[in-house]
Amino acid sequence: MTAEPSIRQHSMPNSAPEAFGSFENVRKVFSLPGGRDVAAIEDISFNLQRGKLVSLLGPSGCGKTTFLKIVGGLIRATSGQVRINGIDVEQPHDDFGMAFQQPNLMPWRTVLKNVLFPIEIRRSPSAGPRARAKELLDLVGIAEFADAYPAQLSGGMQQRAALCRALVHEPKLLLMDEPFGALDELTRMEMQDLLLQIRARTNATTMLVTHSISEAVYLSDTIVVFSKRPATIADYIDVRLPYPRTAALRYSPAFTEIEHRAGRALGIIR
Amino acid sequence: MNRRAYQWLYPVAGFAVILGIWQLYVELWHISKIILPSPTDIVRVSWQECGLLLRETWPTMLESLYGFLLAMGIGVPMAVCVANSRVLNLSLYPILIATQSVPKVAVAPIVLVWFGLGLESKLAIAFLVAFFPIVVDTAAGLQATPHGLLELARSLRASRWQIFWKVQLPAALPFVFAGAKVAITLAVIGAVIGEFVGSVNGLGNLLLSANSQLNGPLAWAALVWLSLLGVLLFGVVALLERIAMPWASAGHS
Repeated sequence: MTAEPSIRQHSMPNSAPEAFGSFENVRKVFSLPGGRDVAAIEDISFNLQRGKLVSLLGPSGCGKTTFLKIVGGLIRATSGQVRINGIDVEQPHDDFGMAFQQPNLMPWRTVLKNVLFPIEIRRSPSAGPRARAKELLDLVGIAEFADAYPAQLSGGMQQRAALCRALVHEPKLLLMDEPFGALDELTRMEMQDLLLQIRARTNATTMLVTHSISEAVYLSDTIVVFSKRPATIADYIDVRLPYPRTAALRYSPAFTEIEHRAGRALGIIR
Repeated sequence: MNRRAYQWLYPVAGFAVILGIWQLYVELWHISKIILPSPTDIVRVSWQECGLLLRETWPTMLESLYGFLLAMGIGVPMAVCVANSRVLNLSLYPILIATQSVPKVAVAPIVLVWFGLGLESKLAIAFLVAFFPIVVDTAAGLQATPHGLLELARSLRASRWQIFWKVQLPAALPFVFAGAKVAITLAVIGAVIGEFVGSVNGLGNLLLSANSQLNGPLAWAALVWLSLLGVLLFGVVALLERIAMPWASAGHS
């Protein structure tokens, strides 16, 4: 863990041996129809430590989702280096699990079959994953809906199923793009606690995109605050609050202090 | 009364009122049976000539059904080609639209010259009218796959083949069935067009000959049986839809 509270990009200790992922001078330029180029990401560099939960926090449209997709191999960076677990990421990897803003469940598959979809695509053996899928559904509290269709589930339950699907093949890296963004406040807080529980069990390194300051503080080991587009790192915050975290923590002075710091980095608090 | 009962009651009541007015009109104004037979006349003839009508329904049903099945068998794969290949899309779509805008009634005599008076010519015309909605709806469905599902499949590195079978095709099923439901009713119309232009049997043939013999009730009975045939075939496709997509009806529980 780095002691320096605010680390600028170029002074990053990118030779740390235990770094699970490293991102160096990542830049992404989109070509718009008509030949104009727009830079979504100017320059992002930081390291991702194994087993940590990192939030990418930033205003909407700042390029944080683009960055997450670059990390996941869905989009190629224009320049810079993206390394996860010793490999240069150029395409999605079997060790990654992704959860999106929308549950993206297939309406024609039951919940259990949706969760098993990644296994089916990879043609892995079917007995072990099936048991694991049921275990996951049990863990997120929707085991009794295993044979229901997604349309019979509430939005929150659908997102739980999507989380199970992202975890079913035991990914080393879990990537989440505003997974709770479409949920109501109470369900959202429930899901945050659930995510922390799951992480405590699976120990997957997690990268999460959010535009909620309190969500970022509540969940993360580290918050990477993105500036407005084109994205640079506005602040890099080590959240040194102990796990397990509980709702009471949200009202503690230490919590508020980190929220303030993130708010300042975002430019919404002076 | 519960909602289910109302769902039945209103359409039945609607029918009853219209048939009642019809019956009264024919009886009070002494309309000739040649011009317009009353509903009870039509029902009586339908019952008396049950054997004849059933015998003539059979070829019409086969013509419609075979034409429809052929349209599905060629239309769906063609939609797959059109939806997945830009080259095929650009080269086939204009031809499809051009053939669709040719009036099928005008083509029917030519088709008859090619295939004769038997089942094949009706099948061909039924195929021609049923083909277009199947291709267009299926292609639209294949191109309307939700973006999120495609991204999910990509994140799992699904092959093109897997994406097609496990994502695109099931997502397009509601569209395929929408096209099929339109197509099956059109296929019946196509078969009747064929029978009108030249045939030796079928309900269209019966209707035409009853009409020329000024047998109004039998012509109308044939008409009623034709629409019943259409409803029946539509019902079969709707039933298959429910069986093929159990999730669609499970949704709103």
